[in-house]
Amino acid sequence: MIETTGNPSLEVSGLAYAYPDGTQALYGVNAVIGKGERVALLGPNGAGKTTLVLHLNGILHGGLGTVRVGGLAVDPKDKKALREVRRRVGIVFQDPDDQLFMPTVREDVAFGPANLGLRGAELERRVADALERVGMLHVADRPPQHLSFGQRRRVAVATVLAMEPEILVLDEPSSNLDPASRRELAEILLGLEVTVLMVTHDLPYAAELCPRSLILSGGVIAADAPTLELLADDALLREHRLELPFGFDPVAAARAR
Amino acid sequence: MGAGHAHRLYVPGASVVHRLPPQCKLVAVLAFVLLVVATPRERFWAFGAYAALLAVVVVAARLNPLMVLRRIVIELPFVAFAFLMPFVAEGEKVAVLGVHLSQSGLWGAWNILAKGTLGVVASILLAATTEPRLLLLGVERLRMPQLITQIAAFMLRYGDVVTAELNRMKVARAARGFEARDIRATGVLARSVGALFLRSYERGERVHLAMVSRGYDGRMPVLHEVGATTAQWTAAAALPLAAALVTAAAWMMP
Repeated sequence: MIETTGNPSLEVSGLAYAYPDGTQALYGVNAVIGKGERVALLGPNGAGKTTLVLHLNGILHGGLGTVRVGGLAVDPKDKKALREVRRRVGIVFQDPDDQLFMPTVREDVAFGPANLGLRGAELERRVADALERVGMLHVADRPPQHLSFGQRRRVAVATVLAMEPEILVLDEPSSNLDPASRRELAEILLGLEVTVLMVTHDLPYAAELCPRSLILSGGVIAADAPTLELLADDALLREHRLELPFGFDPVAAARAR
Repeated sequence: MGAGHAHRLYVPGASVVHRLPPQCKLVAVLAFVLLVVATPRERFWAFGAYAALLAVVVVAARLNPLMVLRRIVIELPFVAFAFLMPFVAEGEKVAVLGVHLSQSGLWGAWNILAKGTLGVVASILLAATTEPRLLLLGVERLRMPQLITQIAAFMLRYGDVVTAELNRMKVARAARGFEARDIRATGVLARSVGALFLRSYERGERVHLAMVSRGYDGRMPVLHEVGATTAQWTAAAALPLAAALVTAAAWMMP
């Protein structure tokens, strides 16, 4: 494993990308996320959030610009580096049913580390450890489809934690969760000592979990500031089709912090 | 929804039969079925002997015999055809209770009924004592290409998800007043199936993306070692070996 001390968890510079059909999704994205930071990526539908996320571990590539994860450049031609990049970037997709495809929770959490070549006791330890961190060790031997939605979301987080990622990328982590599951997930995420990039529309959730936010709009980073400051800027939010839910006051939220 | 769907046929237990490695059981069942099929249909006693062998397995696996009998129902559609044969087949007729039945048809019906039932019972026993995912591992150990076992494994995992999706579509249709009354409903149903296919296809793409993100490179990591010892192979071979004796006897008897 390559030592990464000193490098930021994520550096994106000048990233531009057009889909094969010609649709330009990213027009030059620049962002740096330091080690241990928790950052929200906000933006309206169609802003290019998912496109950006899929660049972080080299699933999409071929445009301009570079992505570095813990100092390691994402280069789709270098298979060995790509494997390491995919270990470092843990993406939790929106629908846990897409992420959990093995017959049991334990096997699913083991899938990632096993692909990294871990076996035996070390693999067991990783799996137990990751499930413990999301409080799901007791369901290890159950099939994922028998869990509640909130439990599946937490197991999905464990599946990438087991790879001991440099940066955890969450795509809409609060979607479809009831308030209690939402709070439980927030508590788990706050307890993790890992860099977090959270893609979301859920502005209060971003305010609760991420001190800093980026707004991706029209394929560029339109704003980069402390979350509560961004949310207090009405004109900025309106310009990028972002809206606070009824009754949510970012100033009061800042005081409650 | 879906609770226990995938494991509907499996009866949890810790008997000798349950603990045998899946590949041993697969080979044993296959050999047994081949031997049964190779037995001349005129040897009634041989089929009785086979049934007795299966009964021994039921006892060894601590399964409920009634459960096994209930599950035989699955072969009914095939057996229905067998029951037609005595009426429609050509050849010499015999009178049974005043009805003229074809002799070769009777033999044919008996042949299908006896051999089919024995095969079905053997499969029921295999399914009841082996978890579906272990069964797949067994198939893989028998050198079945991984591509095929992976497809089967995903069917197992996503069967419930797709069924749930289908049910939601059904409810949504009904909520807007749709009832499948006559032939005109076909178009609506066909479009539903088409939409379901597209959704499943897209889900497949997303699942693949999630797999690639966690380092998938076309091969599933081997997480279970299901290697079999000679003792286990020998134990599993008990059934087909006993059956082979019966088959040999059936052929050599005048």
